[in-house]
Amino acid sequence: MVDLNELTRVSLYEWEIPSTYRQDMRVPVRIFATKQLLDEIKSDKSLEQAVNAATLPGLVSPVVVMPDVHQGYGFPIGGVAATRLPDGIISPGAIGYDINCGVRLLASQVEFESAKNHLPELANSLNRLCPSGVGKKGHLNLSFKELDQVCLQGSRWAQKHGFASEADLRRTEENGELDGADPSKISKRAKERGRQQLGTLGAGNHFIEVDVVDQVFNQRAAQAMGLVEGQLAVMIHCGSRGFGHQVCTDYVRDFQAAVKRYGIHLPDRELVCAPLNSPEGKNYLAAMRCAANYAFANRQVLAHFARQAFEEALAGKVSHWHLSQVYDIAHNMGKIETHQVEGKPVEVCVHRKGATRAFGPGFQGLPSEYKSIGQPVLVPGSMGTASWVLTGTPESMQRSFGSSCHGAGRTMSRKKAKKSIWGEDLRNELQARGIHIRAGSMAGLAEEAPQAYKDVDAVVETVYEAGIADKVARLKPVAVIKG
Amino acid sequence: MNVKPASGYREIDHTADWELEIWAPTLPELLEQSALGMYHLTGIKPTSGLHSSHSISLQFDDPETLLVDFLNELLFLIESEDLVINQFDLRIEADTLLAVLSGVKIDSLDKEIKAATYHQLAIRETGQGLLASIVFDV
Repeated sequence: MVDLNELTRVSLYEWEIPSTYRQDMRVPVRIFATKQLLDEIKSDKSLEQAVNAATLPGLVSPVVVMPDVHQGYGFPIGGVAATRLPDGIISPGAIGYDINCGVRLLASQVEFESAKNHLPELANSLNRLCPSGVGKKGHLNLSFKELDQVCLQGSRWAQKHGFASEADLRRTEENGELDGADPSKISKRAKERGRQQLGTLGAGNHFIEVDVVDQVFNQRAAQAMGLVEGQLAVMIHCGSRGFGHQVCTDYVRDFQAAVKRYGIHLPDRELVCAPLNSPEGKNYLAAMRCAANYAFANRQVLAHFARQAFEEALAGKVSHWHLSQVYDIAHNMGKIETHQVEGKPVEVCVHRKGATRAFGPGFQGLPSEYKSIGQPVLVPGSMGTASWVLTGTPESMQRSFGSSCHGAGRTMSRKKAKKSIWGEDLRNELQARGIHIRAGSMAGLAEEAPQAYKDVDAVVETVYEAGIADKVARLKPVAVIKG
Repeated sequence: MNVKPASGYREIDHTADWELEIWAPTLPELLEQSALGMYHLTGIKPTSGLHSSHSISLQFDDPETLLVDFLNELLFLIESEDLVINQFDLRIEADTLLAVLSGVKIDSLDKEIKAATYHQLAIRETGQGLLASIVFDV
């Protein structure tokens, strides 16, 4: 366990574990946290895992840790690491099994007050039309050939098949279509898993949430995004399903041998990696991009069915029930980006695992309406608490490789949660607070209880005060669909 | 006096994922206990239907890799075949596991495991047998 005395306080919201802390560290670890959050962080192995991540070859500057960080497997959830091209490494475990797990936000002009009596029907429609649950198959059954097109085109595939509008694509990270995807780098097994799961939510911490915009902090940004106080919005949190899990599984397995070939010594086998310019590194990057495109298409298809659910439950009962896309952003991803390192532009591979890209105003890849406000950052909460919409800042480009937090972050173990929380009680408690829950598994619901998570408002306050994100709006859940 | 059985598993606290400690006298038994522990974590319930059999062989460089590969095979069977294994015939010959797995269709499943991971994975000799702990991404 890292001793607090080893941590240097860089600012009120930033701490550092120096690279001298352990002999094998190549760079320091920078942690964005208040003193209170830091104390919570130290109760698990997050910092030990961040120190391990700081041993990866080719890191250009500190491993960055977000305030919602928690212990994962290998690389902490809530970590950012940038490695230099061409010979720095890429590590599948530093991106995660759920490649391009991410969040999509859709805005409506439906006033909560006019819709509140219809929320149970809306929750039912969403639950029925958006398949969720363990290993659940979707409405689509793709041929292998078609799956390859999803890998290559991501959201554009969804648009071609009537699941997306042009505006949806413009308001998606990378337009929902990463270049450089190569389906020939994907195993048959991954493809078998992917064929029937497009347009499904899955289980675990994934959800579809109907929110009401509770409070707007930046009127100009909220207006650009179509978010108005008192109106409904929909948040979709999921990733690349079994397809992405298998891609990661395959490459973590392959890279066990690669690290030996390249003489890379690591403190944890889950951190296995390969140089970005090696055949293994290139193959993984091409495969990861396929899974990322699959996830963009997955959330897009789910958004299509969420729109159908809104129509089914609300058309003729309220006005303006259509859903417009605010943004779609990944929080488990490896991206080739150019960042300033020691005052010079350097091409790096930014690994974000449980961290959201948060590019500031002026970034080229943003749609014109967001150019002056910065990239939307979507921060899902934990069913009973708030979710947030933020924007990236110029400081985030300088201090966190254009990254910010991705959620509340767990603080209670699943074992403890399921022992101390009863799913049915939790559902009733949330229902009494006006939050309609549809869950496939009460045991699964209990593990995801709000009590198992940190205070999302404190997490957001930290990234805001640290200057790596600006607040736009706070959302309050009124219906949650979980697998 | 409580005597620890020769083989078994128990859940260990982990903030975000699931971790199991597993012990058994031999590697094939350790694999079987790991499988049972993993199924337990997912809340899997079998049907009382007909058995079906699967033969698999897994080549491995070290026992840890075998453990991860074996569990990931079982996760794949859950997802692709809707199958929970309840009879394990496991044999190791040199660097290969030869397994005949017999199972039944799944009635229900509470929770999803994305993968078995290598995180801090080490299979150790304890004098009484083998001991390992494994983290699952959920």
